Amino acid sequence: MSALTVLAPHGDQFGAPTPEELFNLPPIIPGVDWFTKPVLLALLASVVVIVLCWGAFANPKVVPRGLQNVVEYGYMFVRDQVARPFLGKDADRWMGLLVSIFFLVLVWNLMGVIPVLQFPVASHIAFPAVLAGLIYILKIYLGMKHQGPVGYFKNMMFPPGLPKFIYVLLAPIEFLSNLIIAPFTHAVRLFANMFAGHMLLAFFSMVGFWFLFEKLTPLGAPVGVLGVLMTIVLTGFEMFIQFLQAFLFAMLAAMYIGNSLHAEH
Amino acid sequence: MVVKAASLLAAEGAGNPLIPHTYELVVGIFAFLVVFLVVGRMLVPRIQKTLAERTDAIEGGIKRAEEAQAQAQELQRQYAANLEEARREAARLREDAREQAAQIKVELREEAQAEARRLVEAAHVQIEADRQAAFAQLRTEIGRLSTELAGRIVGESLEDEARQSRIVDRFLDELESSNAQAVR
Repeated sequence: MSALTVLAPHGDQFGAPTPEELFNLPPIIPGVDWFTKPVLLALLASVVVIVLCWGAFANPKVVPRGLQNVVEYGYMFVRDQVARPFLGKDADRWMGLLVSIFFLVLVWNLMGVIPVLQFPVASHIAFPAVLAGLIYILKIYLGMKHQGPVGYFKNMMFPPGLPKFIYVLLAPIEFLSNLIIAPFTHAVRLFANMFAGHMLLAFFSMVGFWFLFEKLTPLGAPVGVLGVLMTIVLTGFEMFIQFLQAFLFAMLAAMYIGNSLHAEH
Repeated sequence: MVVKAASLLAAEGAGNPLIPHTYELVVGIFAFLVVFLVVGRMLVPRIQKTLAERTDAIEGGIKRAEEAQAQAQELQRQYAANLEEARREAARLREDAREQAAQIKVELREEAQAEARRLVEAAHVQIEADRQAAFAQLRTEIGRLSTELAGRIVGESLEDEARQSRIVDRFLDELESSNAQAVR
């Protein structure tokens, strides 16, 4: 269905799907401009995360059963792989934030491979940017609170124990990487991975659809089969990337918070 | 690669993908805040409490098991000590009994020996007394017999009482002095 609409402008020739076609989606209800597919999926993801966590943790048991086991596994993963390595004894205090970020981003990403939905929410930069922005504000707030308004910047740009002339080089680099580049890469890393992943999947599924259904020819059929196989392989790969990027996003958040709480590098 | 390059070129035209839509920013904040308030603020503390309880339960179980084991070991140690004590006590009692028995044996033997000595001495005294009595009786008897014999031999010459007695005494004294060694 969507393939057909996408194909329309290309006529008889196979044309790769353009970002314009893949990401610039029309409003679901004509006239309500803001209510697009990514917006719907973003809200749906919130509902999914809340429902799953509510089912698991609303009335938790000391001996876990069913859903609690599954979600608790995710919680343990965040605690042991994300929070504790970067926050140490402060880990428990930040678990609420980190669990929310990890679960929400994971569900956002997984929307990309769930049949019918098939759109990774984070491939629209606004969603990763919001989270990265919040973490950025939190990072600077915590840094100033725990290291002092001056101390925070001093610890960041002038870490002790280096020869004097190094600071001429180091201070601007540290300032740039911590305060300008870090939030940007934090958001763009997630966005770009989801964006590229979605384009790859769309491209290969388009190849399969075009050469096996639209224009079935003896020469084109093997290409179509290859497209389908690649789609299957890349879907598996994409699920791994989606999980990895959610993990990385939460991990970076934990790292930024940890660096703001304690000055040592 | 080609796909990517093409996408970037196309992006320049209508809506750069790096420029966020305003309404998506609002929805993004809303979506995150809702999740954070419900999951991060409400549900995570609950599971944290439960996990702490679970850790307590497990650690408590281990601690209780350790205590029970320590108690059992203490009890065993006490039993072993008591048993050792009892053995030592029994050995001591046996030793005492053996010593007492030996002592009693020695005492009995001494008593028996003393009794025997006493009996022998009493017998000696009796014999001595009997001998004295016999000797005294014999002395009078011999006197009378000898007098009668002598009277018969020498007739009336010895009728006179005083003479008779003197003669007998002299005779006996002589007899006694000559035979004293032999009799004793």
